[in-house]
Amino acid sequence: MEELRILSPTAILGYGFPEESFRRGLAQNPQLIAVDGGSTDPGPYYLGAGVSFTDRAAVKRDLQLMIKAGKERSVPVLVGTAGGAGGRVHLDWCAGIVEEIAGEQGLSLKVALIDAEFSKEEVIENYRQGKLDPLFPAGEITIKDIEDSSRIVGQMGVEPIIQALQEEVDVVLAGRAYDPTVFAASAIKAGFPAGLALHMGKILECASIAADPGSGSDCMLGRLKNDSFILEALNPQRRCTITSVAAHSLYEKSNPLRLSGPGGTIDLSECRFEQLDQRQVKVTGSKFIIAKDYTIKLEGAKMVGYRTISIAGCRDPIMITQIEQIMAGVKGMVKDNFTGLRKEDYRLLFRIYGKNGVMGSLEPVKEFKSHELGIIIEVVAKTQQLANTICSFARSAMLHYGYPGRVATAGNLAFPYSPSDFKAGQVYQFSLHHLLKVEDPLKYFPIIFKLYGKGVGR
Amino acid sequence: MGRKIIEMVDVIRSKNAGPYEITFDLIFKDFKSYQEVRDAGVITRELIADLYRITPDQIVSIINFDPARAIKITIIRSLSAGAVGERDVYGAQQHAPLLGIEI
Repeated sequence: MEELRILSPTAILGYGFPEESFRRGLAQNPQLIAVDGGSTDPGPYYLGAGVSFTDRAAVKRDLQLMIKAGKERSVPVLVGTAGGAGGRVHLDWCAGIVEEIAGEQGLSLKVALIDAEFSKEEVIENYRQGKLDPLFPAGEITIKDIEDSSRIVGQMGVEPIIQALQEEVDVVLAGRAYDPTVFAASAIKAGFPAGLALHMGKILECASIAADPGSGSDCMLGRLKNDSFILEALNPQRRCTITSVAAHSLYEKSNPLRLSGPGGTIDLSECRFEQLDQRQVKVTGSKFIIAKDYTIKLEGAKMVGYRTISIAGCRDPIMITQIEQIMAGVKGMVKDNFTGLRKEDYRLLFRIYGKNGVMGSLEPVKEFKSHELGIIIEVVAKTQQLANTICSFARSAMLHYGYPGRVATAGNLAFPYSPSDFKAGQVYQFSLHHLLKVEDPLKYFPIIFKLYGKGVGR
Repeated sequence: MGRKIIEMVDVIRSKNAGPYEITFDLIFKDFKSYQEVRDAGVITRELIADLYRITPDQIVSIINFDPARAIKITIIRSLSAGAVGERDVYGAQQHAPLLGIEI
C-alpha cells in the first residue's frame, strides 16, 4: 500500500462535527474512519463511577454518521477508549449504542469489542511479582490502594486492535487504549513505519484541535506514506499550519522529544514539519524506538466520599477585605457545633473566585482588588447526609457571620439559586498511575466479536 | 532588552500531561524569536519557581523543542486532577503568570 488515508471526524466521540467537513473527508476515499472516545482529562469520577463524560445522544449522532459512511464504503470504523474511560461498563455502553444504530438503520454489523478492564486480583498478583512501577510523579502504592480502587483499566497498544482487524469487521470498539492506537493499528498492520503511524495518530486523535483556528468538533484527514504523513483540515475555514501541527505534537505531554507509550517511544527529535500549501502540513522524521520491556499504563480511581456544594456571591467591600478570617471563623463554628465528628469524617473547603479560585497556592497575585467575590462552599464527607448537613450549617453560618465593622446585617451572601445547596454525589480520585510489565501485549485485552442488526437471530 | 514575551509568541498555554503533571507550552511566532529566548536562558527553573511560588524540585523539566519553535515547562501538581481541593481538572487555566515574562 502506498498511501493510507484516515478520517478523524472529531476530537472526542460525541463532541460532534459538521457533516460538510465529514463529506469532504469521505470524498478522498479514506480507508479507515477512526475516533478517540475518551481521556483521563475530565478527571477520576467517570472512570470510578463507570459513566461516560460525553452525552449518549451526542455519541449516537456521531457514531451513526460514521457507521453508515463506513458500511456504505466497506471501511472499518474504530473507536478508542470507548465510553470515555474505557472500562467494561463504558465499552458495553458504547456497544449498546452501536447495536441500537444497527437496529434502527437496518444495518448488519460485525463488531469487535476489546476489553481493557483489569480485575483487582490480576493487578495484585502483578504487584506481588514486582511488575508494577509508579509512573512519575505518582507515588508508591500498597495492596490496599489496589483493593480500594473502584475500577482499573490498562491502556492497550496497537496489538489487540491489529488482532481484531484480522477479521472482517465493520466496527472495532476498544476499551481504554493509548490515544494514537486506533489510528496507527491498521497502518502498522499494513507495514507502514510505526513512528510515522503513531505520530500521525497522536495528532489525528484530537482532529481539528491541531488546525488553525482550532476546534474540538471538526474533521481532519491524515495521509500516511512510507516516508512521511500529511495532515489536512477538512473544513475550508481551517488550515493546518506548521505551528498548529507542531504545537499539537506537544499537547498534553511533558516531553515533546520522546512520547512514551505501550511497547516503546515516539522519538520526535529529528522530526520536520513542512508547509505543503495553504492548508496542508507534511511531517517527516518521526521514529519509534522499541522499549526493552513492553509496559502498559494502568489507571485506577477510588471513591473518597460524597460532595455537597453551595454557590454564593459577595458584593460587600467590608466583608471582602476580611474573607480569610471569615472562612476561618466559619470552619471554627462547624467544628464547635459537631464535636462528635473526627477530622477524617469530612472536609470543608471554600473556593473564592476573584481572589485565588483558579490557581490556589500557585497564584502569584496576593493583593486582589475585586469588587465582588464568587464563593463555593464545598463539603466532602463520608456520607451524603453528612456532606449535606455540614454544607447547610456552613452556608447559614457564613450568611449570618458577624465580622468586625459589619454594616449589612441582613445577610452576607447572595445566593443565585433556591435550593442553594447541590448534592454532587460520589467523589473519586485517581488511585493508580502505574506501568505494568507484560510479556504478551494481547494478554489483558480479550476480544469478542458480536453481530448486531439485520439478519441476526435474537 | 525588556521585550515582552507575549509579543513574541503565538501560544502560551497550560494543560494536564496526565493527572499528576501540568505542562506549559510557549510557541514562538518565528524561529528567530524562539532562538532569542532559548539562547538568552531566561526560562529557568528559578524563574518558574518564582512565578508559581513553588520549589525548583517541583519542576519536572524545561525542554526546548526546535521543530515547533517551542519551549515546554512541566511541573508536578500538588494534587492530582480531580482530587478533593483541586482547582483545575483539565489544568487549562494555569498559564497566566507566564504572560508577564520579559526578555
